[in-house]
Amino acid sequence: MSGFASNASLVFRQTRYQLKFFTRVPIALFFTLLLPIVMLVLFNALFGDNFVCGDDACTPGNRWPVSQFYTGGLAAYTAVSATFTNLANMVPLRRDEGVLKRWRGTPLPTWTYIAGFVLSAVVIAMVGVMLMLTMGVVLYDLSIDWAKMPAAVVTFIVGVASFAALGMALASLVKSASSASAAANAVILPLAFISDVFVVSDQKNSFLNSVGNFFPLKPFVNAFQACFSPIVDGSAFNPGSLAFVAAWGLVGLIIAVKKFRWEPSGSAPRGRRSRAAAAEASG
Amino acid sequence: MAAVDVTDLHKHYGSNHAVDGVSFHVDQGEVYALLGENGAGKSTTVEILEGHREPSSGAVSVLGVDPAKADRQFRDRIGIVLQSSGVETEFTVREVIDLYSSAYSNPRSLDEVVGLTGLDEKVDERVGSLSGGQKRRVDLALGIVGRPKMLFLDEPTTGFDPSARRKSWDLIEALIADGTTVLLTTHYLDEAEHLADRVGVLMQGRMVAEGSPAELINRLSGTIMSFDVPDSISLDAAAATFAEVLGVEVSMSGRLVEVRVDQPTVAVHRLTGWAIEQSVELEGLSVRRASLEDVFLELIGEYGVGSGS
Repeated sequence: MSGFASNASLVFRQTRYQLKFFTRVPIALFFTLLLPIVMLVLFNALFGDNFVCGDDACTPGNRWPVSQFYTGGLAAYTAVSATFTNLANMVPLRRDEGVLKRWRGTPLPTWTYIAGFVLSAVVIAMVGVMLMLTMGVVLYDLSIDWAKMPAAVVTFIVGVASFAALGMALASLVKSASSASAAANAVILPLAFISDVFVVSDQKNSFLNSVGNFFPLKPFVNAFQACFSPIVDGSAFNPGSLAFVAAWGLVGLIIAVKKFRWEPSGSAPRGRRSRAAAAEASG
Repeated sequence: MAAVDVTDLHKHYGSNHAVDGVSFHVDQGEVYALLGENGAGKSTTVEILEGHREPSSGAVSVLGVDPAKADRQFRDRIGIVLQSSGVETEFTVREVIDLYSSAYSNPRSLDEVVGLTGLDEKVDERVGSLSGGQKRRVDLALGIVGRPKMLFLDEPTTGFDPSARRKSWDLIEALIADGTTVLLTTHYLDEAEHLADRVGVLMQGRMVAEGSPAELINRLSGTIMSFDVPDSISLDAAAATFAEVLGVEVSMSGRLVEVRVDQPTVAVHRLTGWAIEQSVELEGLSVRRASLEDVFLELIGEYGVGSGS
C-alpha cells in the first residue's frame, strides 16, 4: 500500500518550499543577494575609473576596467554566501527550533529534506550569480567571452557543491544557531579579504597570500574570475583549482554525514523541550 | 496485539538513570497517560517509543515494530506532537499542512485537518503570527495529517491557561474519537483524569502506580475531609488536637487541616460533635472524594521525592 509520493516530487516540493521560505526572510535575502550587489555598485563607484594592465604595458588595448575583475569575484562570493553562509545559518536555526526533529518523525526520507535545502541554496546561488553578471554587463561594460562559459559553468557547479557541503559541515559542528551565524561570518569575511574578492593582492609570496591559498575560497574565486578575465587565454579551465576546491568539499561532506544532528542541542535556550531536557539532566 | 508494549525499559545517561526498569502496555484504541513531574522519565520513554532515542536495555514494540529500527512505513502510521513548536514560522497554516502532508502515503485533506483542529479561519495566516494556543493546534494538525494509528502527545497543554486547556481537551477528544491509540504525557493530574483510559505514574524513572483514574483514586479508599483550624486552637497544637479527636493522623497545610478517612460518616460525626461541644464553627469544612492529585501527593510522600513542589 505504498502510496508515497515519488522521491523526485518530494525533493522538488522541499526545494520549492525552502526557496519560498528564503524569499520571506528579508535578512537572508539582504545578506545573500543584495549585499554583494551593493558592494559591486560601491566598488565601481569608488574604483571604477582604474584599469588593470596586461603584462607588458598600460597601453589602450592592453588594459581593462577593474569592473571586469570585480564582477567575477563578487559573483563567486555571492555563490559562496548563498551556499556556505546560507546553509550554515539556516540549518542550525531549523534545528534549534525543532523543525529538523519534527521532520525526522515523519515518513519523509531524510535525504530528500537535506536535498531540498541544498538544491534551494544552489538555485539562490544561480540567481545571485546571474544577477551579478547581468549587472556587470549592463552597467559596467563586462564583456562575456563565450568560449570561457563552459569553464564558468563547471567552476560554478564544483564551487556550489563544495561550499554547500562545507556549509552543512559547519552546521553540523556548531552547537546553536547564534554561534553558527557568528562562526560562518568569522570564517568567510576575513577570508574574503585575502581571497581576491574585495581587493586583489599583487604580492604573490606574502604570508596572507599563502593563507588564502590554503583555503578553498581563493582558488574558487580566482578560477571563476578567470572565466571573465580578458588576460586569460583559451577556455579558462583550471582543473588544479577545481580539484583543490572539490577536495575541501569532500572533507566537508564527510564531516556533515558523520556529524549531522537532527536534535536541538540541550544547551540551546530555545523551546520548552530543551529547558525540560536541561531540568531532566540536572534532576 | 497491544499497540505499545514496553518491558523492563532502561535508559541511562552516564550515572543518571532517566528510565529505570519501566514496563507497561497500551491497548489498541486506548488513551494512556504517563503522569509524572519534570525529570520523572516521561519524555525519555516517549522519545524511545517514537524512535528518536535508543534504549539502554529492555524490549519495546510500537504497532508491532521496534521503533529503534523504524522505517518509513512505521513513521507513516504514527503521529508525533512534540513539546516545542518547531514549525517553519514563515509559512502559512495552509502551506505547512500541504508540505507535511506530502510526506505521508494517505494524508488527510487540508479541509479535514483544519476542520478537526479548528484552524479554519487561520488557514492563510503565517504560523509565526499565531498565538501560542493556535500554534499548538498547528502542532496537532501536523500530528494527525497522516491519519496515524498511534498518536504521541508530549505534554499537549503545558503552559496553557485553564480555559485554553479545556478547549484543547475537547479538541483532542474529538481527534481521537475514531479510535486512534494515544500515548500522552502530562504533569497535570486533571488532564490525565479527563483524557486517559489508563494512567501510569512515573517517578524517578520507575512506574510506581498504574490503573484507570478511578482505580488509582480507589487505592486511597478515598474520602478527604478538610477544614480550617478554628481561632481557639493554636496552629502548633492543631495537628495533635485533631488527631486525638479523629483517631487518625492529619496533615496540615497552612491553616488547612486535611484528613484521609476510611469511614466518612463516623469521622464527620466525631468532628462535628467535638465542634459543637467546644462551640466553635469549622470554616471551610468539606468532605469530598479523593482526586488523582491526592493519589499523586501520597505517592510522592511514599517515595520521598516531590522536590520543591
